[in-house]
Amino acid sequence: MTTIQKKPGIGQTNPIAHLTAEDLELIAKELDDIRQSVIDTRGERDARYIRRVIRTQRSIELGSRVVLLASLFPPAWVVGTAGLSIAKILENMEIGHNILHGQWDWMRDPKIHSTTWEWDSATPAAQWKHAHNELHHNFTNVIGKDNDLGYGIMRVDEDQAWHPMHLGQVGLNFLNALFFEYGIAAYDLEFRGAIARGKLKDPKFRREFKAVRAKIRRQVTKDYVVHPALSVLTGSFLSTMAANFTANTVRNLWSHSVIMCGHFPEGVQTFEKRSIDGETKPEWYVRQMLGSANISGSKLMHIMTGNLSHQIEHHLFPDLPSNRYGEIAPKVQDLFARYGLDYCARPLPQQVYSAWHKVVRLSLPNGWLDQTNARNLPAQLKRLYQMSTGGPKVRRALQARISQEQRRSLVEAA
Amino acid sequence: MLECMSSTLAPAARWRSRALKLAEAATTPLVPADFLDLFAPMRPGAELRGRVESIHPETPDAATLVIRPGADWSGHVPGQYVRVGVDVDGVRCWRAYSLTHGPRADGRISITVKAVPDGQVSPFLVRHTRPGTLLHLEQAAGEFVLPVPGPGESGGPDEHDRRMKLLFVTAGSGITPVIGMLRNLYPSTDTGVLHLPRSAAYDIVVLHVAPSAPDSIFAADLRGLESAGVIRLVARYDDEHGVLDLADLDALVPDLAERTTFACGPGGLLDAVAAHHEGRGLPLFTEQFRVTALVAGEGGTVSFDRAGVTVDCDGGRPILEQAEDAGVLMPSGCRMGICYQCVLPMREGVVRDLRTGELTTAVPGETAVGGVRIQTCINAAAGPCHLDH
Repeated sequence: MTTIQKKPGIGQTNPIAHLTAEDLELIAKELDDIRQSVIDTRGERDARYIRRVIRTQRSIELGSRVVLLASLFPPAWVVGTAGLSIAKILENMEIGHNILHGQWDWMRDPKIHSTTWEWDSATPAAQWKHAHNELHHNFTNVIGKDNDLGYGIMRVDEDQAWHPMHLGQVGLNFLNALFFEYGIAAYDLEFRGAIARGKLKDPKFRREFKAVRAKIRRQVTKDYVVHPALSVLTGSFLSTMAANFTANTVRNLWSHSVIMCGHFPEGVQTFEKRSIDGETKPEWYVRQMLGSANISGSKLMHIMTGNLSHQIEHHLFPDLPSNRYGEIAPKVQDLFARYGLDYCARPLPQQVYSAWHKVVRLSLPNGWLDQTNARNLPAQLKRLYQMSTGGPKVRRALQARISQEQRRSLVEAA
Repeated sequence: MLECMSSTLAPAARWRSRALKLAEAATTPLVPADFLDLFAPMRPGAELRGRVESIHPETPDAATLVIRPGADWSGHVPGQYVRVGVDVDGVRCWRAYSLTHGPRADGRISITVKAVPDGQVSPFLVRHTRPGTLLHLEQAAGEFVLPVPGPGESGGPDEHDRRMKLLFVTAGSGITPVIGMLRNLYPSTDTGVLHLPRSAAYDIVVLHVAPSAPDSIFAADLRGLESAGVIRLVARYDDEHGVLDLADLDALVPDLAERTTFACGPGGLLDAVAAHHEGRGLPLFTEQFRVTALVAGEGGTVSFDRAGVTVDCDGGRPILEQAEDAGVLMPSGCRMGICYQCVLPMREGVVRDLRTGELTTAVPGETAVGGVRIQTCINAAAGPCHLDH
């Protein structure tokens, strides 16, 4: 039994069909060894790294907040907002996300520990650990189990039947990007599911809902009441409010982009629920390898993405210190190459484009975007209109025709 | 008058608490202290820390660290110890060390550390600590302090026979709390040992045991005090005199029966002295240094101290599973060691990581206050464990 039991779709191949059970065992053994090599050398250098990042982040945040006390003056607004955006990005990505993964628990410092850390985000750390560490990292890219995949609001795979409501997912995804921290809070709460199943009165849901509400109140009070009020002396109440809103939005757009790059670009595999029944550790490893994508770039890029630019390494070893992912990446990449697996790594703009392209493509019926060109645009639009307004029968019939044309054009191209 | 006081104090206190609330609202989810620590880690109200100011070698493998404690240090009595938290290779470790000076005029404190072979913390403190290092501290603690003479025992040469008679039995680094008491009684200066009136009330014999003479920390101090005539020193070095036999105690200290004994050292010595003194009905105070080592085995009893449940766990399955089987309500998540939701503090015990075989040990007194946090879903008991749950 292999991980990917899914029948390859049009133009797809099973990326691990060539691997034997022994190959999988050997891959797992090599990955275990890589993990162990980091654990054996974890120490002073790593501790210094995270403490320096935390100190830097706090200094930038404090400096920016002070500058913003006079945010009425445009240069102060620009410098303060830029600084605060950077501080918030560092806090969420390289610090908060990674500490909450337990990457720094080994230091036994109660102030830098997954059980005590709280982060600058709408979602409470405890709930995020459940949704992210437990569900997303365990069920990575398993459709229907991994909420990170389209956040439960998007069509993320050709195998999911197209519905006219999916036309709205491009706009929805953009909205989610703008208010990403609230989107995360909502799906950590499994808000949609709770509404759908009528569980809004469930005691567990109510408890968690209250925790989110309290956290959001504290966050909003800080950014939109306390700091603006502190800058009232310089007449900067509104401009500080705007600066904080901008910084939060910049952070939201950035983290949304980075996270989309992790699992959504073309070339990343998704998996069926059935495919993980009785999954072994080697199979789990391979699913993480194929279900993640990296961002190539400079050291600064890696730090600003919280080393999620090394998404593949992070998904293989979620609790290794983030500063080590870059060091083990060449070994992991070499392993991919030797076993004929595709190590998906591209620069940020390409990955972001690729991920958004996929969102657009899947917002339309299967094959529609590929098959549309300037010449047949009117005809294709007519079909799309029919599929959007007609019933399931119309959709199925027209979908079959589009797929047939797509298959024919692939054969011709070959 | 009282009413007047409270009405002037109350607004001040109210303003303070308002200011604090505002600072908290401005820094959430962090706390104001997280930012203040960037500039003033030793300020009043901060977590107690200390900065190493200088390091003085005592023997080839022991050194005294002079530390400036944070503003909230509330002082100590000679003979007390302090718990020190130090980051060794990135990992926070806690150990207790005796304070080797009595309270000093300059407010500094000092600990003397002997590098234990294969030790984790002491070799680091002796060899790798540099001036400027920030340590974590707890307030001084310990009941092993110098008794204060009663009214009939207050000094004067004519009252020679009525002095407080003490015997200190020390072995190895067990000398350190005693040195703290002695330095407080008889301060060493450039011009020799001071004879303070308050110290004249004591008649002290020190029986110090060590493997060999040059290795004995504070050997020079002890000899200096002896030549100044303020203590009687009986030094027993294993290589020179053979291993100490307590049956010889009467010969070494003829007036043993009149003395109150303070013993400090490893468990073996303390047990022997306790047995000896009990047999003779002699008064004894002890302080043990370096607690018993935990030995890793296979499986063990896991006590969930707050739930009041003890589970007999085998060494092959995670604690989480076996605790759940026994009906303990456990926090859990992915059950494969990646989500960190099952983490619980272990106050004492040894566990083995079932993926890697790595051992995690919690020795009381050598962990942070809450214990060591372990993932219960991938760790199995490797000896008796106490979890705070």
